[in-house]
Amino acid sequence: MSDSTIDKSRRELLLQGGKFVFLTGIAASAWEFVLAGTPELAPSYKSADHWWAMTIDIEKCIGCGGCVRACKAENNVPLEPFYFRTWVERYHVKGEDLEHPQVDTPNGGYDGFPEIYPPEDGAKSFFVPKMCNHCAHSPCVQVCPVGATFEAPDGVVMVDSSYCLGCRYCVQACPYGCRYIHPKTNTVDKCSLCYHRITKGLTTACCETCPTSARTLGDLKNPKDPIHAFIRDHKVQVLKPQMATGSKTYYNGLDGSVR
Amino acid sequence: MEQTILAHVQGFMYPNEMELQWSILIVLYPYLTGLVAGAFILASLERVFNVEAVTPTYRLALLTALAFLLVAPLPLQLHLGHPERSLEMYLTPHTQSAMAMFGFVYLWYLMAVLVLEIWLDYRKDIVLTARNSTGLKQKLYKAMSLGVDNISEESLRIDEKLGRFLTIIGIPSAFLLHGYVGFIFGSIKANPWWSTPLMPIVFLFSAIVSGIALVMLMYMVVSWFTRREISMNCVDTIGRYLLYAFIIDFTLEMLDLIHRMYEADESFQSLDFMVQTKLFTSQVLIQIVFGTLVPIGFLAMPQLLKLSEQARKGIYLLAGSLTLIGIFAMRWNVVIGGQLFSKSFLGYTTYKMGFATREGLLPAIILLVLPFVILWVLVKLLPPWHDESAEA
Repeated sequence: MSDSTIDKSRRELLLQGGKFVFLTGIAASAWEFVLAGTPELAPSYKSADHWWAMTIDIEKCIGCGGCVRACKAENNVPLEPFYFRTWVERYHVKGEDLEHPQVDTPNGGYDGFPEIYPPEDGAKSFFVPKMCNHCAHSPCVQVCPVGATFEAPDGVVMVDSSYCLGCRYCVQACPYGCRYIHPKTNTVDKCSLCYHRITKGLTTACCETCPTSARTLGDLKNPKDPIHAFIRDHKVQVLKPQMATGSKTYYNGLDGSVR
Repeated sequence: MEQTILAHVQGFMYPNEMELQWSILIVLYPYLTGLVAGAFILASLERVFNVEAVTPTYRLALLTALAFLLVAPLPLQLHLGHPERSLEMYLTPHTQSAMAMFGFVYLWYLMAVLVLEIWLDYRKDIVLTARNSTGLKQKLYKAMSLGVDNISEESLRIDEKLGRFLTIIGIPSAFLLHGYVGFIFGSIKANPWWSTPLMPIVFLFSAIVSGIALVMLMYMVVSWFTRREISMNCVDTIGRYLLYAFIIDFTLEMLDLIHRMYEADESFQSLDFMVQTKLFTSQVLIQIVFGTLVPIGFLAMPQLLKLSEQARKGIYLLAGSLTLIGIFAMRWNVVIGGQLFSKSFLGYTTYKMGFATREGLLPAIILLVLPFVILWVLVKLLPPWHDESAEA
């Protein structure tokens, strides 16, 4: 670290301090709208100005499960091993047999992954974090009989749980297994891209907690967002591209065996 | 609970997939709707296509369709996480959703077609009963006549014309009703077991098969109970139509199967394994062998051999019962089968049905018996026999 970064002048300090006070004020005024379930009305957040996406770098994921734990804690996701807004899968592919990978996800990766494969078995192993792909042409949004699942103007696929019938049609329609019925509310639940956080200028809980920055939230409408460089500089792919759902979760290093 | 769910998973499933979403109640829904559509189409044979041999079953078929249609939405209602919000499907429907539009098709069919057609057909009987009775009974029938007591030749002729017109609208409506149920499944691209454009038409023909079989059985059973003579011409004709419908249905289902096997796309290995293991009994044995091939064989016998009346009755009884079981198995294999494999095509789960739970076997049995109770009431209120109505 160079000296210049710590050598802050009085003027800069005031500037930063001023910004902090100003932004905190905006966040506070936005908060009431977020709580009311209408964050798009908050003065500081214009949903039409954003188009959220996620990048996941498989080569960086170490399978620690921090994202799964952070997500469950942040979003009150039940702890049972069959309710997840995000989870991590471990793939183990022997030779060229891409069609029959061995896959496991013990407790969704919540507790990390115990070593079960001998290190020198000649296979490749990697972790694949999964979550709602916030598709631009979401099958789940299409099938919802009352429009309780909808796409916000900023591209986030959301659920209005006060409106959801609990018919489970959307769970059937999601090709990625991203939805579950919350046992307490009897309504569908899924990743909201931590909407309560991103509308305040924060990143998602999973991205926040990821120790290797394997997951990054990006705003495709912001020309300065590093997501553009990431997508340009890497060979990215989405899950099940044949489904043509307009997925906005871009993977770097996605192996052909992943489904 | 947690351990039971996990213990039934083989291979890899996405974690959220381990719990089955749609239970036996959702199996009942296409089954009941199919019986409605099939019964109505049988009724329309007489009315529109002038197949006079089936006249004795016309009214019974309409009442059967109504009884089952009234029960059809109940399993859905019972299944919803928030049944109290179900009206939202009508008030604020999402027009792109197949499920939302089904509500309107259902309502159209119930009110505009079935109830109206039954009312028109029974109007004369209702008015006569109201005139010839007293007290509560009179009030009831007066209410059922909706205040219209003109039964002059002229007005009955209009009734007849209107009824025929309604049946003509009713046939595409019945097709729509059950084709739509098929579309609800067939349009889910995420699920290769469901996603096929053949689904609506397979559902439709299996519906016709099940509805015809049900009305044939009901006619025979009700005739026995009320000591009426069974018109052999009628059951022979119904048996023949059942055979034809069954052959089309089986051809379509085999086309689907052969197409899947020949194409052998990415899902094939997974689905093939499922059919050979978890679905073997319900799909291969119950649906295809005992629910389709055996009844087709039975139904073909009267066409090929000279059989006694008694033997034919026995054959129709047996073939009809097997058909109803076979079509139920078909619905089961579609709904439950479509959830037993992972969308990753790498694993399987098992459906564990509860008994006296909200979506268990007991409510399913009650919902299957309920249409017969309703039918019994309907038959009491609106006797389907023309001789009685003439006496009244």
